[in-house]
Amino acid sequence: MFKIVEARSVGFKIKQFVIEAPRIARKQQPGQFIILRLHENGERIPLTIKCSDPEAGTVTIVVQSIGKTTTLLNCLETGDYILDIVGPLGHPSEIANFGTVAILAGSVGTAMALPTAHALKEAGNHVVFIEGARNTEMVVFEQEVRDASSETYIMTDDGSYGEKGLVTKKLNDLLADGRKIDFVLAVGPVPMMRAVSQVTAPLGIKTMVSLNSIMVDGTGMCGGCRVLVGDKSKFACVDGPEFDASTVNFEVLMQRNAMYRDKECESLKRFEENKEKELAQVRAQFANEETHNA
Amino acid sequence: MPEKNTLSNKERMKIARTHMPEQDAELRSHNFEEVNQGITELDARVEASRCIGCGKPGCVLQCPVGVKIREVVDLIYAGDYLAAAAKMREDNALPAITGRVCPQENQCEGGCIVGKKGEPIAIGNLERFIADYERNSGQLGLPQNDAPSGKAVAIVGSGPAGLSAAGDLIQKGHRVRVFEALHELGGVLVYGIPEFRLPKTIVKGEVDNLRKMGVEFETNVIVGKSVTIDELMRDEHYDAVFVATGAGLPKFLGVAGEHLNGVYSANEFLTRVNLMRAYKFPDADQPVYDCRDRNVIVVGGGNTAMDAVRTARRLGAKTATLVYRRSAEEMPARAEEVKHARQEGVEFRMLTNPEEFLGDEKGWLTGARCVRMELGEPDASGRRSPVEIKGSDFILPADLVIIGVGTTANPLVQSTTPDLKTTSRNYILADPETTRTSKRGVFAGGDIVTGGATVILAMGAGRKAAAAIHDYLTTGEWETAPKETAAKS
Repeated sequence: MFKIVEARSVGFKIKQFVIEAPRIARKQQPGQFIILRLHENGERIPLTIKCSDPEAGTVTIVVQSIGKTTTLLNCLETGDYILDIVGPLGHPSEIANFGTVAILAGSVGTAMALPTAHALKEAGNHVVFIEGARNTEMVVFEQEVRDASSETYIMTDDGSYGEKGLVTKKLNDLLADGRKIDFVLAVGPVPMMRAVSQVTAPLGIKTMVSLNSIMVDGTGMCGGCRVLVGDKSKFACVDGPEFDASTVNFEVLMQRNAMYRDKECESLKRFEENKEKELAQVRAQFANEETHNA
Repeated sequence: MPEKNTLSNKERMKIARTHMPEQDAELRSHNFEEVNQGITELDARVEASRCIGCGKPGCVLQCPVGVKIREVVDLIYAGDYLAAAAKMREDNALPAITGRVCPQENQCEGGCIVGKKGEPIAIGNLERFIADYERNSGQLGLPQNDAPSGKAVAIVGSGPAGLSAAGDLIQKGHRVRVFEALHELGGVLVYGIPEFRLPKTIVKGEVDNLRKMGVEFETNVIVGKSVTIDELMRDEHYDAVFVATGAGLPKFLGVAGEHLNGVYSANEFLTRVNLMRAYKFPDADQPVYDCRDRNVIVVGGGNTAMDAVRTARRLGAKTATLVYRRSAEEMPARAEEVKHARQEGVEFRMLTNPEEFLGDEKGWLTGARCVRMELGEPDASGRRSPVEIKGSDFILPADLVIIGVGTTANPLVQSTTPDLKTTSRNYILADPETTRTSKRGVFAGGDIVTGGATVILAMGAGRKAAAAIHDYLTTGEWETAPKETAAKS
């Protein structure tokens, strides 16, 4: 079990957790993720690592309530426990001095892009960070983004904060202004990553995307996260999660990500109806544990 | 019954082999309860009385871990089941498991002299009986550990090879810690083998026994990611490491349509259902494809394919069809599993191979285009190789296809341990006798060395590793250059 040392809301249905996980904290590098499970009948889901503190032995994750597990997780508070966390998973981001780098991140994807942005800036790149969100309530980590980048733009779908429009609008504007961009990283919803790729591929700008396919074990054992990259089948968990956008088949990724949609809705609905009871059950498993240990 | 068997050999040979009571086939094809119900005490003693006590017991010789079966059978005959279980445990750390999943027909029972003329002694059933008897009695015959050696061994992977090595090493007085990547202990025993063949409580019981003997376990550690072999040895002060990570990576067929929704690897399907308990959805959160009233095809002829097709049947599949490119004779699955699958209404389409998976416009599977095969010349495995019959294509409708054609090595340990030599297929090179690898202090065994095999062979490798590790920790001697062993493709 892994103790939550700090839980706080950072945006609409978005929460940040600092969790005691010393092994992961020692090894984590930008671009990697974890898989967690909340209770005995819980599912395993992959989540972004925002940062870690090897000294304190903690990792920080950022979670948006979408399905049952993320919604349940976001009900947990400081002092609660997470049953299982494993990681760090996947290959770290490629860090090199590319020149000018554009990082495009959608909402909670910002958390995953942050450590990579930091590392790229430290490697001598001029980092242009374009954060997109639906509205002002979903803009997260603005100050941290500014700290990690050389140039920052915030875009909202409804124009309630920053500029109105999608992240690709800003990217197109910059390119239209004649800005030379040598490398792009896009982290966010699949349609957003595909849109970025459609902008950069014709221009031959090397673009990496961090894929969020459905996973179970995260160690290459099940193949559920397989994606078509070029003509080859790759496992997002062990071969990725970052791939060259120009080679990714986004249609297949979207299809596969929709595979359990009905069941995910059923699960979430059931949870919403029994929220307090399930939350109490999650907490009870650790109450027993603590008494047992004492 | 007297303590010593007074029957003549002729009389013993006349006694019929006892049969394992099974859950009704129709009933069990709708539930996940164990198929085999276990034999009674009386049956066990009658079965033991069939043993003629031959001079050179073939059963022992053909057991990959060398269980002293004859002595065990004698103790069962005498009615001392706890002593029988303790005797068993001297060589086999997991008797309740092997009694259920070993391919006895090729091993102990295959070597039984009584079986030459009639049916062999039901050694698997006896093994299961004494292990269950011991567990239910609550009086565990755990062996005594030697005095602490001051040495520590890290075991990577809690599958059959790792658990078996842990059981032997703890007895030698070493500190033993087992690292497991998943959240549950047991490896393939919990993610692969279904509840109806090996209940999880049995695996948990055997793991708890090892814990009682002093073995430490740490879940959620992916060696190669969370920590490397070098860090375990340097920072966490392990004197030796046994790599028993198994052959966990699923093979796909590499045909068109494998990305359609509804195409699974057997590993994924079984992991969702077994480890994650998706059969209880929505009481369990992890979903799996809803098989109810659907047509399910499973590709392959081994135990994993058999487990997958029988699982699909239990999840309510309208048709559950096993498609195998060779003939029934070449199927590597345990005879009992094939029998059970047939009883449960699984259809077998032998000499058939899928060439392409077909889907609708939304990316969901609709069927498999298959070809018929015929048997040609023997191949490298000694089995007659399947050859496609030109123009024999036909379409098999399918809503779900599960691919169970084998697995390959997981590369995580090898790729982060630079001085660990591997084969061209990325299996770890290890001496078949000593399990020593190219790296001092590091041993490897089980599927990660041999390629996908059986639970008992992995346990055999675990025992060899334990002996070799103990030898190394005692003498400090290390011979280099492991012999090349060819892993199965």
